[in-house]
Amino acid sequence: MAQARISVPKTAAKGEIVEIKTLIQHPMETGFRRDLDGKVIPVHIIERFVCTYNGEVVFRADFHPSIAANPYLTFRTVATESGRLEFVWHDDDGSVYRESAEIEVV
Amino acid sequence: MRADRRSVLVLAGGALALVGLRPLAAREADRLTYQEALRAITAGREPSDGRVTLELPKIAETGNSVSITVRAESPMTRDDHVVRLHVLSKGNPRPNVATFHLGPRAGLAEVGTRIKLSRTQQVVALAEMSDGTLWRDQASIVVTLGACVEDIWLD
Repeated sequence: MAQARISVPKTAAKGEIVEIKTLIQHPMETGFRRDLDGKVIPVHIIERFVCTYNGEVVFRADFHPSIAANPYLTFRTVATESGRLEFVWHDDDGSVYRESAEIEVV
Repeated sequence: MRADRRSVLVLAGGALALVGLRPLAAREADRLTYQEALRAITAGREPSDGRVTLELPKIAETGNSVSITVRAESPMTRDDHVVRLHVLSKGNPRPNVATFHLGPRAGLAEVGTRIKLSRTQQVVALAEMSDGTLWRDQASIVVTLGACVEDIWLD
């Protein structure tokens, strides 16, 4: 299971643009490297990231192998209402990693 | 398209097991040139310079992890916002780096990430607006030691 870390402000004013940071542990193998036996290490990447805010998609990213290992992202969203932000990373092996955070809009 | 690519990959994997082909050779996306990747995004539109800014260092000791920021000027309202930000590499074996999908809920069209660069090159950012216009910025970077790329992709 990949380790994910996220940073979301605990509180925000209504309408404030908040910064979100996410990081997930992942090799992001390009398919251009060989192992010690000389065999090509196949492509293995996080190919998609989705952020929802109370169920509504507010940000998505499509990744290619040129994204560095342990994909890091910063993006913004408008603090519209108190609730839950959910983060989902889709691995190209079919695995899905999830994290979430609560935000209180005052 | 995604499913097609996936099935192609699965077939390629089968072929690899049978005849020992390199898996990469069969991946169509790997064969895209920068111009082809650009055309897939522009779809006949001509990108204009401006309204989008790509920030990256002028020089990187290693290409394994280079911080970049893409920012587009937009009011980010329901009627006028950035739909997508694309990052393309002119010098990596694969030109596509990332696409970010935004909307009015973003408030500000600014995205940061870290990318791999295999050599000294130009990186390109494109912003697709809700009115269909395309904006471009590009920046050069000197990469002292490229990200791990062997000559596999040259075959």
